[in-house]
Amino acid sequence: MILKPDAMAHSKPHLASAEQQETLGFAPTLSDNWHSEAIELLGEKVSESRALRVAMDACMKCGACTDKCHYFLGTDDPNNMPVARQDLMRSVYQRHYTFTGKYLPWLVGAKELDEDMLDRWYTYFHQCSQCRRCSVYCPVGIDTSEVSMAGRDILASIGMGQKYVNQIIGKVNSKGNNLGLPGPALADTLLGLEEDVLEETGLPVRFPLDDSSAELLLVAPSADFFAEPHVDGLIGYAKVLHQAGISWTLSTHASEAANFGLFVGSEPHTKTMASRIRDAALQLGVKRLVFGECGHAWRVAQNFLPDWVDLDFLDAAYPRPQHIAEVTHELWKTGRIQFDPSKNAERTVTFHDSCNVARATTLGNTRNGHFTVPRDLLKASCDNFVEMSRATTHQSTFCCGGGGGLLTDELLELRIKGATPRMNALAQVVKEHQVTHMVAMCAICKSQFSTVFPEFDLSFDAVLSLHQVLGDALVMGSVR
Amino acid sequence: MTSAAEHFLLVDEVSLATDEEGYLLRRTDWSRDVAVTMAALDQVELTDSHWEVIQLLQEYYDNYEIAPAIRILTKAVGKKLGKDKANSRYLYQLYPQGPAKQACRYAGLPKPTGCV
Repeated sequence: MILKPDAMAHSKPHLASAEQQETLGFAPTLSDNWHSEAIELLGEKVSESRALRVAMDACMKCGACTDKCHYFLGTDDPNNMPVARQDLMRSVYQRHYTFTGKYLPWLVGAKELDEDMLDRWYTYFHQCSQCRRCSVYCPVGIDTSEVSMAGRDILASIGMGQKYVNQIIGKVNSKGNNLGLPGPALADTLLGLEEDVLEETGLPVRFPLDDSSAELLLVAPSADFFAEPHVDGLIGYAKVLHQAGISWTLSTHASEAANFGLFVGSEPHTKTMASRIRDAALQLGVKRLVFGECGHAWRVAQNFLPDWVDLDFLDAAYPRPQHIAEVTHELWKTGRIQFDPSKNAERTVTFHDSCNVARATTLGNTRNGHFTVPRDLLKASCDNFVEMSRATTHQSTFCCGGGGGLLTDELLELRIKGATPRMNALAQVVKEHQVTHMVAMCAICKSQFSTVFPEFDLSFDAVLSLHQVLGDALVMGSVR
Repeated sequence: MTSAAEHFLLVDEVSLATDEEGYLLRRTDWSRDVAVTMAALDQVELTDSHWEVIQLLQEYYDNYEIAPAIRILTKAVGKKLGKDKANSRYLYQLYPQGPAKQACRYAGLPKPTGCV
């Protein structure tokens, strides 16, 4: 490999407008004091976060992370080596907060946060999808996502937020979801799905909205209402819940599982959005709270939500909150639903572990459940299941290339290049085992793959939702 | 890094404000010539089939303040143009950059946001 320094220096997302900044309580543009504001925020962040302190203090430049980032592997730009990305912040931290950095900056490579460095922060902190693959290989456990999240929060706070992410947080706060899908449109969309499934199965499978008699609130990523293959996953959830006889509902107020506050590293925004979900559950009086197929939503739901808000009103007999894959797995294991794999006979599938599920959460309350639960279900519903290279799955999974708030069109070049490591592994099983579809359980992964697949000679629809495969094989009718 | 005000589309010598990605900022600026101009810049010639989709998007947006979900769009296309066209493969043939985004742009509607 020939390194290409600064090969991706041109790749950066659109800046948020002054209005999009102010809506979220961020400075509209850079003020005259941006430098001191940024340095002060950096100091606060490092003192408040042990993870960030480790990133600033513990790197010994061993090199283990250098070839682990999909964006580095796809772009050859050494600025995308995790250690280099961390150094953007570390060098400034050293300059202002360590003795040697203050007085002998040349000795430790300490650097000033000047305009050029600020531009590099904006550029390269937006070439990290916060997938945490590098942290798996770091002997001291440095997590680059902590660095890029802190960096983006500082940038947003001083007046350099990112348009795509800001816009979406604003829409969740005003409309309840990333799309800005108003309640009547959501209701109309769900009615349409009821018609479709009735036509397909002859069964009155419902997609209830704001039903206060329901036992279970399902919070799906709003892409599940809008896009393909996401919507086929939503249909799968509905079929499973119908067949199991569980009364459930969606919510207008909490019509979004995703939480882009995480991508900016903004705890206040992440909390505000997460609280909508708890408020909806409380208002509807449900006993169970279940999340749909969205990777980082599950990270927020499982890792942070129970610490931030009181979920004691939910039934303690079930995980609080729970993932839809756990619900389906439990129903299948206990014989309340069955699959007929012959329905998927035309498909040969492989499974893409989504980074937030694989490296930040668990499923099914068992060790490695986050790997075995989706695979158990896939194998039960499809006879032709093939694994991709083990170096690219489970804990070592490669990001789809569009995670962490980078799923925006102006970053398409980065997204295609960053998808390359995953696509190489997929190409191998397509060639050797005639894999027809890759299955994912994350809205971002699904959109990213359907966008980049044509660049790799695959059809946009060769990516499937996990619950699409399960729903297609589900034995429906009066078998219960 | 540029701000939105610097972007525009020139249609019949009138400059119309757009965002960085070429979506009209004001829907009232839309005319058929806007769609034709945008398509020409993408080297696309708009056929009746393209116009059907644009019209469906606009009608739905007038009612619901958002572009229709893909299932609603494919179903509506199927009703107008025949069942064999009621699928996203057909829409991707017309709008290879993705039916939701490219067709919304030509229709003068805002870009759908989120994980789509």
